[in-house]
Amino acid sequence: MSSVPTDRQYLESHEWHKTEGDSVTIGITQIAADELTDITYVDLPKVGKKVSAGQPFGVIESVKATSDLYSGVTGEIVAVNDALKADPGLVNRDPHAAGWMIKVKGTVGDKLLSADDYLKKTGH
Amino acid sequence: MLKRTPFYDFHVSAGGKIVDFAGWEMPLLYRGIVAEHHQTRNSGSIFDVSHMGRLEFKGKDAQVFLERVCTRGLADQKVGQSRYSLVCNEGGGILDDVIVSRDTKHWTMVCNASNREKLNHWFHQVRHDAKLDFDMADQTESTAMVAVQGPKVIERLAEHLPVDVRALKRYHFETGSVMGLIKFTVFRSGYTGEDGVEIVLSAKLAGMAMKMLGSGMDKPNATLKPAGLGARDTLRMEAGMPLYGHELTEQTDPISAGLGWAVDLNKDFIGAAKLREVQSAGPKRKLVGLELEGKRIARQGTPVVKGGRVVGEVTSGTQSPTLDKSIAMAYVDAAESPEGTQLSVDLRGTENPAKVVKLPFYKRTK
Repeated sequence: MSSVPTDRQYLESHEWHKTEGDSVTIGITQIAADELTDITYVDLPKVGKKVSAGQPFGVIESVKATSDLYSGVTGEIVAVNDALKADPGLVNRDPHAAGWMIKVKGTVGDKLLSADDYLKKTGH
Repeated sequence: MLKRTPFYDFHVSAGGKIVDFAGWEMPLLYRGIVAEHHQTRNSGSIFDVSHMGRLEFKGKDAQVFLERVCTRGLADQKVGQSRYSLVCNEGGGILDDVIVSRDTKHWTMVCNASNREKLNHWFHQVRHDAKLDFDMADQTESTAMVAVQGPKVIERLAEHLPVDVRALKRYHFETGSVMGLIKFTVFRSGYTGEDGVEIVLSAKLAGMAMKMLGSGMDKPNATLKPAGLGARDTLRMEAGMPLYGHELTEQTDPISAGLGWAVDLNKDFIGAAKLREVQSAGPKRKLVGLELEGKRIARQGTPVVKGGRVVGEVTSGTQSPTLDKSIAMAYVDAAESPEGTQLSVDLRGTENPAKVVKLPFYKRTK
């Protein structure tokens, strides 16, 4: 039985969204990282770029597959995790904390799922 | 209904992540693709390859038949020897790549799991049309097969197998039995670019064999550990070995794929006429290795471009764990195929530089 942090919300496509003040931090779940297996590259946009809920904001690559990363938030990117450039494996090791990807100034839409619903919808 | 090999229970208990591969429930990985890849290059891994087709041919016209459907010359193949070959259709398109082995009273063929049904149908048709007299049996489900690959494998198996694996030459095989009970055939061959063997045995005894072969595999410093299909793919890619459905398809021919060495154009086999044409005109496209700048991976279908023009297409790609480089195999226009040619791959709209390099990317030094 899997579990994911309950202090945040999720997209069915495995991106977690944690509200911290007036911005939302986005990353992917351990479930997604395990599916991808060894991550080799995370393509993230620059600070200042605008993202839209339901649209891809980046790409993640592993030895096994390449996947789009989706945002559940509309707003402007205020921070990007540069650690992932040199160490994409950080997403496999600590996807819920140190492996965060972007921080967006905006609010979560209502399409996001609770931890329980995310686990149910993704069959975990 | 997905099929299970005799090692399915072992895969689950060893923590294997099970996926659907060619209609079989197979382990993609146990501990991690990169970890299993390094284990194979540094020590040894055991791969379940029981899903692959194992066919047997015997009788009066068995050799004539195999000479007819295989591109490789088999007339001078000795008993105990195995050869890599292609099976082509009339147009010279590749139906499968196989390993053909000659035994005292019969021949065997190992083919891809994904092409087993197709080859069965094709072989029955050829036998019927050519009115050849021989028996053909599909032994896939009554047997099991494991590949044991890595630099420490031969020494390790020499301790356990009653066959002199050290003396067994590459692409040769020998039959033996353990305790007079477990009959097996061991082939000195593999799909990883490392030394090692592939072992075929009765499906009923697979469990017992795994216990003996794999005892102590869960210890951290075990010489042999299980490895899955994910590592099998990264290993073969580094070794520049083609995979059916990627480098080899019915729309590609062996000459363009750089496999002319496995084709005897002096022989009359199905597809020979077309392949002689390709050979004399020179292939229009050739299979090459690409080394990408940076860490991004080019996957099957990625366009290869030069000066704004599409000059080819990627067939396989990954981040090479051993070389720590992004590598790919691709068909490119013959003019762009020389080693050192600077090209690019179109990764979702971004042009990423890629250089043509010689295959294989990795070669075992020893």
